[in-house]
Amino acid sequence: MIENIDLSLVNWSRAQFALTAIYHWLFVPLTLGLSFILAFMETIYVRTGDEIWKKITKFWMTLFGINFAIGVATGIILEFEFGTNWSNYSWFVGDIFGAPLAVEGILAFFLESTFVAVMFFGWNKVGKKFHLASTWLVAVGASLSALWILVANSWMENPVGMVFNPDTARNEMNSFRDVILNPVAIDKFTHTVTSGFVLASVFVVGISSWFLLRHREEILAKKSILIAGIFGLVSALLVAMTGDSSARTIAKVQPVKFASMEAHYDGSSGAGLTVIGALTDKGERIGEKTVYDMKLKIELPKLLSIMTTGEENGYVPGLKDLINGNPGKGIMSVSEMMERGRYARQVLIDYKMAKEIGDEASAAALGARFREQDFIDNYFRYFGYSYFDHPWQVIPSVPVTFYSFRIMVGLGFFFILLFILAISFHRQQTLERNRWFLWVALFSVPLAYLASELGWIVTEMGRQPWIIQNLMPVNIAVSNISTGAVQTTFSLFAVLFTALLIAEVSIMVRQIKNGPKH
Amino acid sequence: MALMISHAFLQNYWWMIISLLAGLLVFLMFVQGGQSFIFSLPRNGMQRKMIVNALGRKWEFTFTTLVTFGGAFFAAFPLFYATSFGGAYWVWMAILFSFIVQAVAYEYRSKPSNVFGTNVFDTFLFINGCLGPFLIGVAVATFFTGSDFTLDLFNRVTWGSGWHGLEALVNPVNLLLGFTVIFLARVLGLMYLSSTIDDGDLIAAINRALARNAIPFLIFFLAFTACLLLGKGFKADSATGEVTMVKYLYLHNLLSNVFTLILFPGGVVLVLVSLWLGIMRHSRKAIWFAGSGTIAVVMALFFIAGYGNTAFYPSSSDLQSSLTLAKASSSMFTLKTMMYVSFIIPFVAAYIWYAWRSMNRRMITTEEMAEEDHTY
Repeated sequence: MIENIDLSLVNWSRAQFALTAIYHWLFVPLTLGLSFILAFMETIYVRTGDEIWKKITKFWMTLFGINFAIGVATGIILEFEFGTNWSNYSWFVGDIFGAPLAVEGILAFFLESTFVAVMFFGWNKVGKKFHLASTWLVAVGASLSALWILVANSWMENPVGMVFNPDTARNEMNSFRDVILNPVAIDKFTHTVTSGFVLASVFVVGISSWFLLRHREEILAKKSILIAGIFGLVSALLVAMTGDSSARTIAKVQPVKFASMEAHYDGSSGAGLTVIGALTDKGERIGEKTVYDMKLKIELPKLLSIMTTGEENGYVPGLKDLINGNPGKGIMSVSEMMERGRYARQVLIDYKMAKEIGDEASAAALGARFREQDFIDNYFRYFGYSYFDHPWQVIPSVPVTFYSFRIMVGLGFFFILLFILAISFHRQQTLERNRWFLWVALFSVPLAYLASELGWIVTEMGRQPWIIQNLMPVNIAVSNISTGAVQTTFSLFAVLFTALLIAEVSIMVRQIKNGPKH
Repeated sequence: MALMISHAFLQNYWWMIISLLAGLLVFLMFVQGGQSFIFSLPRNGMQRKMIVNALGRKWEFTFTTLVTFGGAFFAAFPLFYATSFGGAYWVWMAILFSFIVQAVAYEYRSKPSNVFGTNVFDTFLFINGCLGPFLIGVAVATFFTGSDFTLDLFNRVTWGSGWHGLEALVNPVNLLLGFTVIFLARVLGLMYLSSTIDDGDLIAAINRALARNAIPFLIFFLAFTACLLLGKGFKADSATGEVTMVKYLYLHNLLSNVFTLILFPGGVVLVLVSLWLGIMRHSRKAIWFAGSGTIAVVMALFFIAGYGNTAFYPSSSDLQSSLTLAKASSSMFTLKTMMYVSFIIPFVAAYIWYAWRSMNRRMITTEEMAEEDHTY
């Protein structure tokens, strides 16, 4: 039945979710970061009373509004797609996953939507301070929205704070604190939000550079570069720090994803960190998965071990250890996990059948197993593995995660340099003379979007085939609808979102060319 | 107090919150109702601009309430979320599409280089204005008429009809509620426009349209109410949970609950008063009577659908798959945690009210449109 569900349905459902998420993420980071940049600019206006800052704020606010609308439009789909396309998932974990989404609506969305109206339309209707407070509340509201959805997303990567209830056949929350303070959530929130700040800062520096290249709006451009340069530099350093801590957490809770990001096949002590490298087919296979060799490799010795274990000779398991097991290092094989998971699933099926036929004694005994710590730690923990036919199925796409990760990290360091140069040239008052820098800054804008999207590709492609790590693979989570229905909605979304994106970019470019209102 | 906070209490509490959100959502669909007049009411471009700007400063409240309504359902009654959204796929997708196009239409319609032109974006607003309320009305009507689904031992849903929700459109009772909601939204939209726009010609047109839309609204509402109260309902046995069809169940639910006994007739009276104020007295305050009446009636309808061991999301093809509050709800721990979060709602309502009041102090006029930097 569900176990034999058509894989094309799973793939189309994944494609639809990926399409929606990728489009949504084209707009969210700019909202996250630009809202704070607006708040900084308006604060200067209110404190100094200098009208130029009001003009600058209003110019960037117009661009913010164009971007914000389409971010909202693409966001609503994501929430409802959990139900429409992933209904088995929605039931299996709705008790935990739904709560952060509801909190997001009550705490963050209303804050954002109420004060964004004041921010746009309130210049002539409310006092300066109320308006400034509204702009700040929009910024806080945007980041709060991100917090809750990222808490929910992180729970899927590292499910904590819950117990399985065999009566309802689902996981139920037993600690909201654990869900919120999930280490993956803390890393992900700080990393994602600050990466949004970086993108917005690159956007502002890039567009301002265009004005300088055209010898237009020079005051606006220079002041904007200073604000965005400082904000961007601080944020980019935070992105690097949180990225490091995030990788450390992934190594612990999602070791297969981590090994795939590093294309690390053979476990080793004193493992080096590959800075760049080209993957080539080694001619070897793990099941049906290709094993890649590394050419043109530049490596920093021992750094991978230091980053993941804190010791220069610490052991970093490779994909082969993680799939085949390595008893010497305490690593269980995936086939053993599959066996244990199948046992746990059979206990659940037996329990449900005993309940169905009214065999209360058997039901009581089987139900009690789900409260035994030994059963939870050693069997139920591997429940999701019961759905696989082969151990290699738990390996994600190594090239996708490996290259995406490296490009993202490389661009992250490039942005640090970009902001340092922007601030230095501003201080030396040589921005206009360094036209090469202005061109680089302008062409960095699409690179910021690329880095941001690649971050999500690393995290989401890297955790395949899981929708919930170790508990539920994607093919079990999907709704029981026809592939044709999902193909149709996928096509409709693709056409609609692309059309709206074209309109958005066209309007944005025109507004930038028009410049601020005088 | 400790006794009161049982799982059943929390389920009822969350159903009350969802009913309140549903009431607010229907009231806030004055935005959609107003959008449905975008081509028929204004006589010139400035009038259309005033209508769009009056509604455009509020569209996000409706949108946010819809999102929160969905989020609250997911958190409090995840089995409903999984069953209805995963099963009635096409109805929910159609609703979503109509809201996607709305979200960008306001911001983009009058911006230069918007590629598709103002009329396309205004058509998006019109589509959302008509389809949104109608389909939401049809979807909610299935709370009373049932849907074609079964749940297995592990609560996984199988939808009986290959139409995945569109089959609801051939049930006349569902259509009655769909038309009730769209005409109600149109009435609310007219009343809201009348409360915010100061333009003699436009107000005269609004007043004429109000009477024309109030009549079909009342007819559809009466017809739906009669079908609901005189028909059969899906009753769950309090001990065994077995679901059976019971004649006059919803009438019984209405009469046996003190809250519905106050909310339903009270809400109806408020809406009737608002119609009298709007049509006969041309009052600009009618929206507040109609709005509070709408919230009260919608809450009462949700109470009737879910309280008193009634299956709020019934299956017409397999009665025992029907969802009651107890069957569909989250665990006690989650509902309790969420209850603490919900205590912030009055604070949220207070700042919305404050911001709304501050922004609506000045009426929308041609002068205001000329002075305003950020217009749609």
